[in-house]
Amino acid sequence: MLSIKGLEVKLEDEDKQILKGVDLEVPAGKVHAIMGPNGSGKSTLSYVLSGRDGYEVTAGSATLDGEDLLDLDPEERAAAGLFLAFQYPVEIPGVGNMTFLRTAVNAQRKARGEDEMSAADFLKFIRAKAKDLKIDADMLKRPVNVGFSGGEKKRNEILQMAMLEPKMCILDETDSGLDVDAMKLVSEGVNALRAEGRSFLVITHYQRLLDHIKPDVVHIMARGRIVKTGGPELALEVENNGYADILAELDA
Amino acid sequence: MNSPVNTPAPQHEGLISAEERPASGAWLAKAHTDAAARLTQMGLPKRRDEYWKWTRPDALLAEQAAPAAAFDYGDEQPVFHAVDRLKIVFVDGVFDAEASDDLSGEGLEIERLAEAAKADIHWASGLYGALETRGHNPVDRPLAAHNSAMATDGVLIRATGQVSRPVSVMYRHISDTSDAILHHVVKVEEGASLTLLENGTAAARLSMVTEIDVADGASFHHVRAQGRDHGRHVLTHIFARLGRESVFKSFTMAVNGMLTRNECVIEILGDDAIAHVAGAALGDGADGAFLHDDTVFVTHDAVNCESRQVFKKVLKNGATGIFQGKILVKAGAQKTDGYQKSQSLLLDEDAQFLAKPELEIYADDVACSHGSTSGAIDEEALFYLRSRGVPERIATDLLVLAFLADTIEEIEDADIADDIVSRLEAWLERHRG
Ligand SMILES: Nc1ncnc2c1ncn2[C@@H]1O[C@H](COP(=O)(O)OP(=O)(O)OP(=O)(O)O)[C@@H](O)[C@H]1O
Ligand SMILES: [Mg+2]
Repeated sequence: MLSIKGLEVKLEDEDKQILKGVDLEVPAGKVHAIMGPNGSGKSTLSYVLSGRDGYEVTAGSATLDGEDLLDLDPEERAAAGLFLAFQYPVEIPGVGNMTFLRTAVNAQRKARGEDEMSAADFLKFIRAKAKDLKIDADMLKRPVNVGFSGGEKKRNEILQMAMLEPKMCILDETDSGLDVDAMKLVSEGVNALRAEGRSFLVITHYQRLLDHIKPDVVHIMARGRIVKTGGPELALEVENNGYADILAELDA
Repeated sequence: MNSPVNTPAPQHEGLISAEERPASGAWLAKAHTDAAARLTQMGLPKRRDEYWKWTRPDALLAEQAAPAAAFDYGDEQPVFHAVDRLKIVFVDGVFDAEASDDLSGEGLEIERLAEAAKADIHWASGLYGALETRGHNPVDRPLAAHNSAMATDGVLIRATGQVSRPVSVMYRHISDTSDAILHHVVKVEEGASLTLLENGTAAARLSMVTEIDVADGASFHHVRAQGRDHGRHVLTHIFARLGRESVFKSFTMAVNGMLTRNECVIEILGDDAIAHVAGAALGDGADGAFLHDDTVFVTHDAVNCESRQVFKKVLKNGATGIFQGKILVKAGAQKTDGYQKSQSLLLDEDAQFLAKPELEIYADDVACSHGSTSGAIDEEALFYLRSRGVPERIATDLLVLAFLADTIEEIEDADIADDIVSRLEAWLERHRG
């Protein structure tokens, strides 16, 4: 599904290399987790994959089902099935959450040559999804993320994911800021989406999220590279020992 | 504006001679004479006038109107099309009785200025030119006096009850060289309410003065769309006087236009009154020169009143936006809540926004604020929207509409607000890229 090969990325305006040759394969239907110290490049990877400005790819490739992602505009990547749940969801005053989601759903459908969803169908659809995530009607009417609590913002990200039904979902620290109940809710939301044709890349610092969303594979990212890959037990190891050993190995 | 500036009449000292003043009935003739005297005393705007430093008055003062083609709307239904309203039509600044509805409605008196002028006494005689006279504050507005001195057409509207059907003045511009002067007087009597809609460009060049008296407990709602003409030169003045517990709300949408200057002068004289004035202006220099100027002056001269000025401009390709706004809180006007916001969204680096926000406060127990900003589209927000699959152009439009949202909120009627929003959307769609 997602295939990243030797990806090197620097900042556009600065001579600062952030990703230094990332190799990562996430097969269809799998859940991969990425852990790693602060500043190791996890969010940068997710932004570069989704097409944010400000970065320059200096080497390597990233494809989604064989399609070169790096050549596409952000909206084209979304239409191709990529979704990023932001570490810091953006507040957009003046744009209603509902209007935003409807515009997004219909834009993606249009890009794929499908019919737009009728207002009534959309309403039914969003109400059902919102109910699962315990997002009340009021939050749907409010401007996108404005005045939302940290946890509400994260739930709103998962609502968007549920509405857009992407095939490759990247979750960047979706667990941060969530209380125990919300974490469960969000994980259930994610698990409900797990399907054969859908893959997940879950960026997190904590084992706790991975108790709920069980990963098939865990990667450790450090200093702009995937430095270690293993099974779910790797997350436990990090939880218990931190990154010291792994970093020491790198230095050796 | 039929201005005799360049053709001095030697037998008179004034800027407008007796011969040049329009012939009309007794009260209006006197109002014309008085206004001509005011104009003479003030003199015309000069280049060095601070008040005209950004918008040059030359095109407004020129002897002849610069020709401007009327915008061709094709099959498009004009704004307010679906609203049940009483229609009053002016063509190139002249009342069109045939195209207008019967000028009567419950709780409503409407007369054409030219007709009313024939009467010896008239309710409007106490207002015509009178609110304009009060409005030469903090500066002279000689072109408003010029309008009062020269206007022969316009409507006089008096609401004596709750008028449910909006009164809708539609301005049609047909002749490329039309040079119109219109003067309206609106009186909303105690406890009465009225909605006034205005749309269209009126003429190649237009000077319009609207004097509005909102009595105690009365409410006045105004929604204006200034047409789509590119070559127009337009100067409008609103002079409003507000009584106790009255409500005044005015919203203006302006798109296109070589020069549009909207002055709004509001005097709050009664306690517990509310005055909101808002504007959304969109200009694309690629269509031709664009300059939009909102010049607003709100005086608080009563206790516990609220005023809001919310002006937003969306500018691109060399378009220029101007805001000059002032709140004056007089001594004794305690518990004043005065708010002024003027912002522009510059869609490229060529556009410019010039703003002069001012507060002058002589009371101690007041809450006044003002803010003026200009900026570009929020790149973070744009990326967020695009990452959800919303194409860049649509995402940009969404953000522009979001930027304009708090001006739209000043429109009371939801259907009318939707109508305005759909016009803004259509404009944005036509001006993408
Ligand atoms: N726009 C930018 N300007 C300057 N430095 C940047 C920029 N974007 C990323 N960086 C730097 O790149 C490095 C990687 O940042 P990134 O946000 O990808 O880390 P992360 O692994 O997501 O960290 P965390 O776990 O704290 O979220 C950091 O040192 C960060 O400061
Ligand atoms: Mg991060």
